[in-house]
Amino acid sequence: MSQGEILRVEQLVKYFPVEKSFLEKLLTRSRSFVKAVDNVSFSVRRGEVFTLAGESGCGKSTTGRLIVRLIPPTSGKVFFNNVETTSLGTEDLRVLRRKIQMIFQDPYASLNPRMKIGRAVGHPLEIHGLAKGEEERKKVLDILERVGLTPPEQFIDLYPHQISGGQRQRIAMARSIILEPEFIVADEPVSMIDVSLRMTIIDLMLHLQKVLGLTYLFITHDLAIAKYISDRIAIMYLGRIAEMGEKDEIFSNPIHPYTQALLSAIPVPNPERRRKATELKGEVPSAINIPPGCRFRSRCPYGEDGCKNVEPDLVEIKPDHFVACHRTE
Amino acid sequence: MSKKDKAPTHLLTVDGLTVEYWARRGKIRAVEDLSFSLEKSETLGVVGESGSGKSTLGLSLIRLVPYPGKIVKGNIFLEGQNILKFKNEEIRDLRGRRISFVFQDPMTSLNPVKKIGTHFVELIRVHEPKISQKEAFERAKKLLNDVGIQPERINDYPHQLSGGMRQRVMIALALALNPSIVIADEPTTALDVIVQAKILDLLNALRDAYGMALILITHDLSIVMERSDKLIVMYAGRVAEYARSTDLYTNPQHPYTQGLLKSIPNIELTDQKLEAIEGSPPDLLNPPNGCRFWPRCPYVMEKCRIKEPPLFETGANHYVRCYLYEGGKTK
Repeated sequence: MSQGEILRVEQLVKYFPVEKSFLEKLLTRSRSFVKAVDNVSFSVRRGEVFTLAGESGCGKSTTGRLIVRLIPPTSGKVFFNNVETTSLGTEDLRVLRRKIQMIFQDPYASLNPRMKIGRAVGHPLEIHGLAKGEEERKKVLDILERVGLTPPEQFIDLYPHQISGGQRQRIAMARSIILEPEFIVADEPVSMIDVSLRMTIIDLMLHLQKVLGLTYLFITHDLAIAKYISDRIAIMYLGRIAEMGEKDEIFSNPIHPYTQALLSAIPVPNPERRRKATELKGEVPSAINIPPGCRFRSRCPYGEDGCKNVEPDLVEIKPDHFVACHRTE
Repeated sequence: MSKKDKAPTHLLTVDGLTVEYWARRGKIRAVEDLSFSLEKSETLGVVGESGSGKSTLGLSLIRLVPYPGKIVKGNIFLEGQNILKFKNEEIRDLRGRRISFVFQDPMTSLNPVKKIGTHFVELIRVHEPKISQKEAFERAKKLLNDVGIQPERINDYPHQLSGGMRQRVMIALALALNPSIVIADEPTTALDVIVQAKILDLLNALRDAYGMALILITHDLSIVMERSDKLIVMYAGRVAEYARSTDLYTNPQHPYTQGLLKSIPNIELTDQKLEAIEGSPPDLLNPPNGCRFWPRCPYVMEKCRIKEPPLFETGANHYVRCYLYEGGKTK
């Protein structure tokens, strides 16, 4: 355990069984699994923004849900403040959840449409028995003000349909900080928000981080936003981390061929820029039948014979820069 | 672009287009007084946030504005013909054969119980009944090949293809009748970034190969900056700015365009300072008086709150709806 580490994930694995029809169950004995997260390890330092980035299906959201223990892992361990969380019982888990909160992608689905905003934000206080009645209301008003919904009295008695998407995401933010957590998992918090409002939410997150001393695990498919917000970043591919390191290092010196392709594919708002075509072949293979050896081999422009058999480990090629590729070994 | 231009020589001329939706709570002007022109082999980008009217614009061009929406004003000339005067038969001919559409979601745009080939054969034979089933199949195979799908996949069902491949099929379908314009409304929003880059590369290459014009509608300014020759920036149903992409990038004039450019992260820059646009887009049922953008505008002046500014011409093919440029010519 290094200094200032708040969260450590060790060899985390999550396989989802594939549903079979009744007939298939009778006829075959083999079961197949979606290998959503397949041996992921990393650690997050206190006070930083650590980003998990990758395309859909790479396992970034599942990893986030495993950390919050919304779903149990197949194997592997998660340490929060040096306490192993994967084996906690219900009561301990409730205490843990005061410290780890989550913000979801869809601000339209994550708020109960029949619950007034004030109640939605104050609800966690009741659940944890921290405040109710007038005291709860006072706290809610204070938090609403903190997330920029001013004057808070105007918002507290509204229903979610009466406010905009950006404001809803502020409510989600308010609800996640009301228990004074240390760690927040934010799963694509701005991907459903209009472009001109995205930065206001990102800025709010960064502001609250500074004021409240929060640590974020930020999950996104948008590398441009990742570059803006993160301190460190891990690029995931098909359930594994392909490359991980300091943000500036990853963006200026990407080593893994997948990271390179991903970065070259990002559109840049500059009509004079000449883009070079991406060299990747095909598309992401199914997470049910992951090919043996390097899982990126089928699309890799450099694929060699050695990649066919052995899966590359995530190796530290220089301080704080990790790559899982045979070419760097 | 000029109003006197009544016998348009452009491939497509849109002049003063206004579209309204009649909702129970009142009238919404989704698009108001929109004008632009398009030439052969040109790409026009239309960028705006949700509710800006960009999709309604696209649908208007194929006469497909859904009820209770209605085109209430303006003209749309395609190769000199006013498509708003078209009868049913001509509208059918317009859709698909002269202007075709690539929709956002490739997962739901294909019929799940029909093979890929059937989609092509139906489309081709409805418009060109003289073509035999066999010829239609051959044409479909060639189209699939052009968009980078093995022709043998013609016998697959949509669920057997990935999202990117389905969008390629949609593009091939859009090209099947050799239209002069293809409209792509958020063609890559449902796709991952690497697939997105490939689909946009493909659209560009096909535009050149087939000599068609392309209208790219998106919320992502980065995409259209990179891929289009000219750009319309829409805000709350209005054209905020209309210019060549290079001019818009080097010299953005409307405060909204400037704000957008400042608020999107660019991975080629380090230590970028991003600024948000304060406030949120207006409710079109109760739009603000005067300029639609004034409640969010950092340069708001007295008259902005009273009267909506017209489009001012500030340079060659550069139009801005903002009083800051009142010195320029009025359109």
